[in-house]
Amino acid sequence: MPAQVPFWRAAALSLLILAAFLAAWEVAVMPRAGSGPAIDPEYAALLGQAAAQGGTTPMPGPSAIFVRLVELLSDPFYVRGTNDQGIGVQIAYSLLRVGAGFGLAALVAIPLGFLIGMSPLLNAALNPFIQVLRPVSPLAWMPLALYSIKDSAISSIFVIFICSVWPMLLNTAFGVASVRREWLNVARTLEAGTWKTAIRVILPAAAPTILTGMRISIGIAWLVIVAAEMLVGGTGIGYWVWNQWNNLSIADIVIAILMIGLVGLALDRLLGLVAQAVAWRE
Amino acid sequence: MSNQYVSVEAIARRYGPTTIFEDVWFGIDRGEFVCLVGHSGCGKTTILNILAGLEGPTEGAVIVDGTEISGPSLDRAVIFQGHALMPWMTATGNVAFALSCRHRGWSRAQCDAAAREALKRVGLGHALDRKPAELSGGMKQRVGIARALALNPKMLLMDEPFSALDALTRGSLQDEVARLVTETQQTAFMITHDVDEAILLADRILLMSNGPGARIAEVVVNTLPKPRTRANLHHMPGYHALRDHVLDFLISRSAAFDAKAPPAGWAPRAVPEVRPAIETPPPLAAE
Repeated sequence: MPAQVPFWRAAALSLLILAAFLAAWEVAVMPRAGSGPAIDPEYAALLGQAAAQGGTTPMPGPSAIFVRLVELLSDPFYVRGTNDQGIGVQIAYSLLRVGAGFGLAALVAIPLGFLIGMSPLLNAALNPFIQVLRPVSPLAWMPLALYSIKDSAISSIFVIFICSVWPMLLNTAFGVASVRREWLNVARTLEAGTWKTAIRVILPAAAPTILTGMRISIGIAWLVIVAAEMLVGGTGIGYWVWNQWNNLSIADIVIAILMIGLVGLALDRLLGLVAQAVAWRE
Repeated sequence: MSNQYVSVEAIARRYGPTTIFEDVWFGIDRGEFVCLVGHSGCGKTTILNILAGLEGPTEGAVIVDGTEISGPSLDRAVIFQGHALMPWMTATGNVAFALSCRHRGWSRAQCDAAAREALKRVGLGHALDRKPAELSGGMKQRVGIARALALNPKMLLMDEPFSALDALTRGSLQDEVARLVTETQQTAFMITHDVDEAILLADRILLMSNGPGARIAEVVVNTLPKPRTRANLHHMPGYHALRDHVLDFLISRSAAFDAKAPPAGWAPRAVPEVRPAIETPPPLAAE
């Protein structure tokens, strides 16, 4: 096992890597004099600003992106019509969908996982369905969802639901099935009853495993929501990324990537805290 | 009715063609402490689980208080071999959970208060709010004992409760259980393969022959006076005769016992009782 390194040394190295990366990026995208082919003046007039950039959209450097980031974050929650809303509003839409889909999935997967974990019969009977459905890309469900639900907003929630349900279901079933026999025997000799045993013994015993499943699920859900919103459109950070691509706002796309990463990290840390709260050791 | 609380009648456990034990009969009186001693594989733990109601026998029945048992009961508290504490609950929480099962009407505060009392009785007043991971092996087993005794059961079932502990801890816990059980006239059944432990605690020691096809081969009556402690036990007259008798059984007679050609006077329903502490040991069973 590697020895423990002091926090400040790792942090200093992280900052160094970041600084080197940003500096290299900044240098690489600096406009070079005389680069690019000469452009016909009439065509330049049609293209407007793009002509001055040699007919291509230049990759923005970190400084340009930072300026844009400050601009976006100075008013993240504005709404000026359906196609012009702040980045905060878009992220909130995405979070709402993930929250709804993930929450519904938890409501279904945890009780069902409990039943599967407690009943070897149910486990064997449902296993083939789970094994076939689990590897299906959640986006493959999208057309079917759009066709049957006929509402794009609910369809994307359904897609989040379907992708978050499997890890929670399997982990809950596994956690419940592997509760130590001696604890169940204690509950039996105490005549604790099914309900009390489930709530006071099996649930806390399986909670760390269930939480692991929830963390995997929320990670997948956050991956999938971006793609789903690109398909469905309307609102959300995925839609916003695609919209900025259509606008050729490369800086906005880079900012969106950063935001998606940070929000994903926050979601994982949040469930990490819950996992810590229910963890036990012997 | 007699003073008999438990009557084990002709129980057997078979797995397919293999018979672990069969034709096992014995009784336990109210207030009596019975130890079952035998080698690994003779089905000792299975017999305890059957008495607890956690398993059913393949054949036969167990009658408790005049009724055949069909499952576990709060009247028969079990002290498990591994302490079997819930690691997510504190010591108090573990005992309070048991109490909340015993007394459905009790509030949480009532259960907690009674749990703390039970833990203080086994000398854990200083560790009430610790999780099992923060307790030593002996302390964990004390919590297990407190959990069982707090139920105020009609009978205590113990499955090698001290076997996982170091010698010093085991000794002090044995003395403590001897004290607690004598004080409350607790009916108890314990599995062990520690001969001294059996002599210290038991009024009668059931000796099981080796499996497969194990039987109760002898019943040893412990005539040594009570209270017994580890300090005075080995000075008691008759102690050595008793100990030698049980050890001899475990070393040679347990393997030599054959139910098809049993020693004279042996019958499954009437296993002869011996009192080695006041008699001279009987000669070894016929080869």
